[in-house]
Amino acid sequence: MTDCKSLIKELANKHGRERASLLPILQGVVERNNYLSDTCMTDIAKELDLSAAQVYGTATFYSFLDTQPRGEYVIRVCKTITCDMHGKKTIIQTLEDMLKIKVGETTPNKKFTLLETNCLGWCHEGPAMLINDTPYSGLTTEKVHDIISEYINKPSL
Amino acid sequence: MSEQTLKRVDLIFGEYSNEKYKILATTLARTNEDILKDLLESGLRGRGGAGFPTAMKWKFTAESPGEEKYVVCNADEGEPGTFKDREILLRVPRKVFSGMAICGKVIGAKKGYMYLRGEYKFMVPELMKELAIYHEHTKQLGLDFSIEIRMGSGAYICGEESALFESMEGGRGEPRNKPPYPTTSGFMKKPTVINNVETFVNVLMIMRLGPDQYKKLGTTDSRGSKVFSVSGDTPIPGIYELELGMPLDRFVDEFGDGDTKAVQVGGASGFCVPRKKFKDTVIGFEGVPTGGSMMIFNSSRSMYNVLHNYLEFFEEESCGQCTPCRVGCQQLLKGIVAVKKGEKKAVYLDQLMKLSESMKITAKCGLGQSVANSFSSIVNNFKEEMIY
Repeated sequence: MTDCKSLIKELANKHGRERASLLPILQGVVERNNYLSDTCMTDIAKELDLSAAQVYGTATFYSFLDTQPRGEYVIRVCKTITCDMHGKKTIIQTLEDMLKIKVGETTPNKKFTLLETNCLGWCHEGPAMLINDTPYSGLTTEKVHDIISEYINKPSL
Repeated sequence: MSEQTLKRVDLIFGEYSNEKYKILATTLARTNEDILKDLLESGLRGRGGAGFPTAMKWKFTAESPGEEKYVVCNADEGEPGTFKDREILLRVPRKVFSGMAICGKVIGAKKGYMYLRGEYKFMVPELMKELAIYHEHTKQLGLDFSIEIRMGSGAYICGEESALFESMEGGRGEPRNKPPYPTTSGFMKKPTVINNVETFVNVLMIMRLGPDQYKKLGTTDSRGSKVFSVSGDTPIPGIYELELGMPLDRFVDEFGDGDTKAVQVGGASGFCVPRKKFKDTVIGFEGVPTGGSMMIFNSSRSMYNVLHNYLEFFEEESCGQCTPCRVGCQQLLKGIVAVKKGEKKAVYLDQLMKLSESMKITAKCGLGQSVANSFSSIVNNFKEEMIY
């Protein structure tokens, strides 16, 4: 995990210190650290000369800006209607069995977090999921096995 | 599957011109009045779902006082059942950027933004490559209009234009009161044109074909072609570019699996059309409008489950700012569950219907106002399924 203060400086130099720079900075922190800690949010507030409440208010509005610790790989399974119709439940079950966690939880080694999310825009190829930024569609039990095994074997960053 | 009866169109996804940014170059040489005249003539209406005449939006913004103006491309495609903007941006991004640049010229903006939903972040590297080519060409053409990509972070409501501006300005994605409209007060409270991805491509196509040729597609109220996102119980899900103004029964003949019970037109915020109404329903601004989402359900599906899924979606995605939507979505969901379980009598559905009607007139933005669309069209047409 990158040190918050230096990361925020780096992001603010890149995106600016305006109010309008807030979202790109929050996104940058989540990309690097997987979540926004309270300290990190107050540091951002100082750097941008905003109140901590303004930063917290914005951060907590967005479902992809996590304010609690997440794993290195966040898996978001689409639960909206067509993915649900085409077997989302089986996909969730497979993931829960493989990772030995429930939806909303993070593996003890902090590698994976399993979440459900609203429409990902892969309705024609459902069920679908995102692992960090990478979409996977047309999921079956076998396909999920292959994908997750590959991630399990990846060395941690 | 029946044979192909609906005419396929190849406007949006058609090949690029041989020379890069050629149509943009020829359009830049024309006067703004001339461009607006063609747009007005073409009858183009916004492709995001609401269908506001594009020429008027541009004209109002061009006439708004102020030096600083913006062009925003709404690529926060979040409506369940919609995935056409991603496909457009993957296949023909050059057309989108060209359309934005034409808009920049007409309204006098120097800066354009594309607000892309967080779920589509994987596309950014490819888009940046095309943007580099774009910026190289506009430099040569002497056009002072740069484009920047901004990301969303997983909030459906940010597809609502004023919520999108709030988000771009670093705030919570909560819709603003209207008026003032974006044409006078949009991004950074400056006059702004905000259009859907597909609308910008249509603009470019009108510039290429001329309004007369373009108008030959579609019907009087719904000119041009439309990219449809087809999903659900269909043997051929995917993206299809079809003429606007088609009857729904012909659509079902071609895309259904032979056992179609209902079609949800326009996503979770759209309307559910049951089998008996397929014949009399036209897809377009004169009938049932759609941003492109067409979800097909066959007779094995419980419409109660469908509605339950939509209401869960709205309950989570409501920004919580106004009471009708925040409380209304929760109560509608709780209500249908209670009726299904038998905890409430069937007549309670009438109460819920009244609630959804109140939301339609009192909610602050399109999200809360449109929950009634799917709610009433599903409950009215499939009442037994809600109760038993």
